[in-house]
Amino acid sequence: MQFDKSISAKLPTAAADTIIEVRHFDFCYGDTQALFNISMDIHEKEVTAFIGPSGCGKSTFLRCFNRMNDLIDIAQIKGGSVKISDIDIYGKDVDVIELRKHVGMVFQKSNPFPKSIYDNIAYGLRIQGITKKSILDDVVEECLRGAALWDEVKDRLNESALGMSGGQQQRLCIARALAVKPKILLMDEPCSALDPIATAKVEELIHQLKQDYTIVIVTHNMQQAARVSDRTAFFYLGKLIEYDVTDTIFMNPSDPQTEAYISGRFG
Amino acid sequence: MADSRSHPFAHRPSRTKTAETVLTTFLRLATYCVIAAAGYIFVNIAIHGSKAVFTTEAPFINVAFLTQKPQTLHVFEPKAIDTELKQINAEVLALKSKRKALSSKDRDARKAIGVALAELESQTQRLDSERKSRRLMYSDTEYRALETPPSQSDYAYSTYAYSGGGIGPAIIGTCLLVAGSIAIALTLGVLCAIYLSEYSRPGRTLQTIRLSILNLSGVPSIVFGLFGFGMFVLFFDWGVSMIAGWFTLAIMALPVIIAASEESMRAIPKGFREGSLALGASKWTAIRTNVLPYALPGILTSSIMGIARVAGETAPIMFTAAFALRDQLPWEGLDKPTDFFFQGVMALPYHIYVVSSKIPQNEYTRNMQYGAAFVFLFIVGFFAFSSILLRIQVRKKYKW
Repeated sequence: MQFDKSISAKLPTAAADTIIEVRHFDFCYGDTQALFNISMDIHEKEVTAFIGPSGCGKSTFLRCFNRMNDLIDIAQIKGGSVKISDIDIYGKDVDVIELRKHVGMVFQKSNPFPKSIYDNIAYGLRIQGITKKSILDDVVEECLRGAALWDEVKDRLNESALGMSGGQQQRLCIARALAVKPKILLMDEPCSALDPIATAKVEELIHQLKQDYTIVIVTHNMQQAARVSDRTAFFYLGKLIEYDVTDTIFMNPSDPQTEAYISGRFG
Repeated sequence: MADSRSHPFAHRPSRTKTAETVLTTFLRLATYCVIAAAGYIFVNIAIHGSKAVFTTEAPFINVAFLTQKPQTLHVFEPKAIDTELKQINAEVLALKSKRKALSSKDRDARKAIGVALAELESQTQRLDSERKSRRLMYSDTEYRALETPPSQSDYAYSTYAYSGGGIGPAIIGTCLLVAGSIAIALTLGVLCAIYLSEYSRPGRTLQTIRLSILNLSGVPSIVFGLFGFGMFVLFFDWGVSMIAGWFTLAIMALPVIIAASEESMRAIPKGFREGSLALGASKWTAIRTNVLPYALPGILTSSIMGIARVAGETAPIMFTAAFALRDQLPWEGLDKPTDFFFQGVMALPYHIYVVSSKIPQNEYTRNMQYGAAFVFLFIVGFFAFSSILLRIQVRKKYKW
C-alpha cells in the first residue's frame, strides 16, 4: 500500500490497534472536491480529535465513517478506501444499517426525539424489534449510567426529553447512541451549543467512554481537543495537514500552517 | 416658534404616520367587509334553515325532515283569496301603466295614484299573510293519507317535485361520499407526499411534478366531473355509482392534501431523520417512527381542507354519483354486498341544486332549499370540527 509520504512518515506503523484505516480518500460534492487524498489510521479505544477552520472538511470526513453522506444526493467518493476493522465500508456487500449500528453518531445540534427519555434510549432497540420490557429497562439504565445521566433523570424517565437542559439533551443523545452497542462513536462538534459547565460534563463523559469505545470528535475548540483527545488531526481546505499525538500537535507542530492555526493567527 | 413638546419621546405627527393610519383603516375595512358578507350568508341560511330543521314542540328537531325521503309537495291555496290577490295585482299594474302615461307636470294626479298604490300594497300584505295561514301543504304520504282532499272549488291545487318530505337519503349520501373520498384521497395523497418529500431526488423533474399537482387544484370542478364521467362511469363501466363519485372527488381533493402533507413532512427537523438513521434505522423505519407521527397534525389539517373542498362540490358528482331522487337508502335492496359501491346516491349539494334550479323559483320550495343548505353546513362543520379535535389530540401526544 502506497502511503502519502508527508503523512506516512509521522504515522506510527499500522499497529494492531488500528480500527479505522483510511487510504488516499477523495470525496466530492458534485463538482466541488471536499476531501483530497486523505490517509490516516484511527486507533482503538482512543479519542481522536479533528480540528480545523470552518469548511475544511472535517465534518464531511467524519460522516464518511458511518456513511451519513449517502443521504446527500450529490455526494460521491472519487477514490481511496475507508476500512473499519479491515472491512471496506464502501464495499458492495456492506449493509449500511449494520454499519451504523457499529458506528454510532452524536450530532452537533442535540436532536433528542420528542418522546420520553425512556423511549429515546429504547428507540435503537425497538427498531431492531426488541420490545421486551425487562431488556429495555436494563439497557436504559445501563446507557443512562454510562452517559452519567442516570442520577439526574431516574425519577422522570417518562417525561419528555425536550424538557431537559441543553447539556442533558446532548448527553441523552450520547446515551441513545450507546444503546445499540457501537464500537466507534462519532461526535460532530457535540459541545458547540453548550455552556462551559455542560461542556465540562460531556468532556468528562468522553474520558470515561474512552475505556470501552473508540471516539472520533470534531471540534472547533482547540482547548477542547487538547483536553480530551489522544491524537489530533488538523485539516485545512480539505487536506489533512498534520496528524499526530495531541501533545506533539499542540506543543511542537511540524507544519507551519498547523502552528499558525493553533496559535490563532488564522482560522 | 416655541417647542411645545415637553419631552423627546412626545408624539409628533408625520406624513408616514398618517399614511400608516389610513392604511390600517383600509385593511380593517376590508376585513370587516369580508366578515359582514360571510356573516350575512351564514345568518341568512341559519335563520331560514332553522325553520325547516327545528320545531317549536319537543323534541324541537324536525325528525321527519331529517329522515324522510324527498317527496312531491302538494299545495292548496285558498281560491277566494287567490282571486282577490290576482285582482289587486291587475289593478296595481293598471295604475302603474297609467302613471307612466302621465306627463311629469301633472303632480296632483301622480300623487293620487301613489296613495292608491300604497293602499293596495297594504291590502296585498294583509291578504298574503291570510293566505299563508289558510294555505294547505302536504307531502306525498300525507296527501295520500287524506280521506277527502280539499275541494277543488275552494282551493287552487298545484304540485312541486322533491320539495316536500325530508332529506334523509341526501344526508346519508353526502356523508358516505365525503368519508369515502377522503379515505381514498388521504391514502393516495399521503403515500405520494411521502415519496415526494422523502425519497425523490430534488431537481427539475420534481419541480415539474410539484407544479402540475398544484395546477390540478386550479382545474374547474366541472372538468373533474366530466373526467370522472369518462374515466370511471364509462371506461371502467362502473356506471353512475358511489365508487365513481369517491374517486372523482378524491382526485379533486388530492392536490390540497399532497401539498399540505408534503409541507408538513418537510417541516420536520432533519435531525429527527438523521438521529434515527444513525441508530441503524432503515429509511422507511425512520420515516414511520420519526417523521409521520410528527407530521400527522399537518396531514389532518390538510384533510380538513380536503373535506371542505370535496363536500360542497356539485359538479363532480352530478355526472358520476348523484341521483336527483332515489327511493332506497344505500343499504336497502342490495343483491350482493359489492352492489353497495355501485349504486348512485343522493347528495345534499346536488339536491339543493335540483330543488332550486329545475323547478321555477317559488316560495314553496324555499323551505327545502334553506333546510338542506343549513343541514349541509352543519355536516361540513361537523366533519371539520372532528378533524380539528383529532388534530388537537394528536398534537398533545406528539409535541415538539
